[in-house]
Amino acid sequence: MTVEVVVTGLGATTPLGGDVASTWEALLAGRSGVHKLTYDWAEQLPVRIAAELAQSPLEKIDRVKARRLDRSEQLALVAAREAWAQAGEPGVPKDRLAVVVGSGIGGAQTLLAQDDILEASGPRRVSPHTVPMLMPNGPAAYVGLELGAQAGVHAPTSACATGAEAIAWGLDIIRSGRADVVVAGGTEAIIHPLPIAGFASMRAMSTRNDEPEKASRPWDKGRDGFVLGEGAGIVVLERADVAVARGAHVFARLAGAGMTSDGYDIVQPHPEGAGAVRAIAAAIRDAGIDKRDIMHVNAHATSTPVGDMAEIKALHAALGEHPVLTSTKSMTGHLLGAAGAVEAIATILALYHGTVPPTINLDDPDDELDLDVAAHKARQLDIPAALNNSFGFGGHNAALIFTRA
Amino acid sequence: MERTQVVEGLAEILEEVAGVNPDDVAEGKSFTEDLDVDSLSMVEVVVAAEEKFDVKIPDDEVQNLKTVGDAVSYILKSNA
Repeated sequence: MTVEVVVTGLGATTPLGGDVASTWEALLAGRSGVHKLTYDWAEQLPVRIAAELAQSPLEKIDRVKARRLDRSEQLALVAAREAWAQAGEPGVPKDRLAVVVGSGIGGAQTLLAQDDILEASGPRRVSPHTVPMLMPNGPAAYVGLELGAQAGVHAPTSACATGAEAIAWGLDIIRSGRADVVVAGGTEAIIHPLPIAGFASMRAMSTRNDEPEKASRPWDKGRDGFVLGEGAGIVVLERADVAVARGAHVFARLAGAGMTSDGYDIVQPHPEGAGAVRAIAAAIRDAGIDKRDIMHVNAHATSTPVGDMAEIKALHAALGEHPVLTSTKSMTGHLLGAAGAVEAIATILALYHGTVPPTINLDDPDDELDLDVAAHKARQLDIPAALNNSFGFGGHNAALIFTRA
Repeated sequence: MERTQVVEGLAEILEEVAGVNPDDVAEGKSFTEDLDVDSLSMVEVVVAAEEKFDVKIPDDEVQNLKTVGDAVSYILKSNA
């Protein structure tokens, strides 16, 4: 018998809002979360725009706790608390509760700040909280501690596919019988000159510094790279019979997942999106659905010249021409390790409400864009099943399929 | 420096680092048992106290500083 897994809680803090409701409202309204960076350090950078959080996590986490947490850990905690509360704080035995929360980069802000202290004041001044703040499993560990999870705490890292992989691993954990409830997602907070300089040196980022709100423009001819954002997204995954037994509200079914690797290049996507095609096909098989039911795709589309069109080719090959696409990164920017989780939430809500959020800034579509994108305006759509794609540096491909509960 | 001044200074540090209510800080209180200061926070308290009172508190001395009063005596002795 196949174990069914459903989504019973959603939590997020993003450049568009401090929670899921405000983020969703902004997505439907087509609002951009991208702004000019006003820090002194930004002046010397080729990229001076980013999608910073709409609400500081310090409004929700008490001061003493917050000073022991890297910003990425703070965001994970904020999103996890919302998701857990919305799920009705499932009364699952703690040894049946697991956590899978990853980050693309980890506690880089802490690492860099403590290195400044080391250089300026010597080793004795380095905070004793440094290691728990910068370790990549820190966000997962703090969420696990908060909830008392005892069935396992895991932190997958696959760059920009991290959030989606975390959800896929959560599905596996429940199916394999190791837990009944999994709190899964991703977090990222690296708006700092060093990571920005690194991505900018790769020529991966948009330099449309004078028009921040127009900088993230997936599939548009004028796209010139991604816009860095920060945030966290967390979902509560639950074995369907456990959720039904406690009368939980169910948003969607997590029907299937596919994870593949390109085996091609460390940063360049495969030109035909071959790894993505295999991930999508694997997710469809895993879900046991007809691909014609996938009426909506929340695409990875980051607004880079090569990646956006490789994904279009992959979607063509894997699905055909019927789904309505969107890239919510046009509004949130690219949340790296949190992207897959925040976009999974957008996908779930699109399916749940029958509304596809728009792709803003798609003013002059790429000549090779031959699929239907919900450009500029949200679109009403009956969605039996929806796909969420995430790809990461390293050649990671993750595809999640959600269906109506 | 008076003992009460040192207690006040430690109370400020404890509030900043560990969220301890300054009203709870008194010479007879144990850092770990009464004031709930965990081991990592204690390291922060020591380093902040060194800076504030311009003293050196070696690591092997820290284990002897069980109460606020112990710390006050050590700081005053080192400052003398």
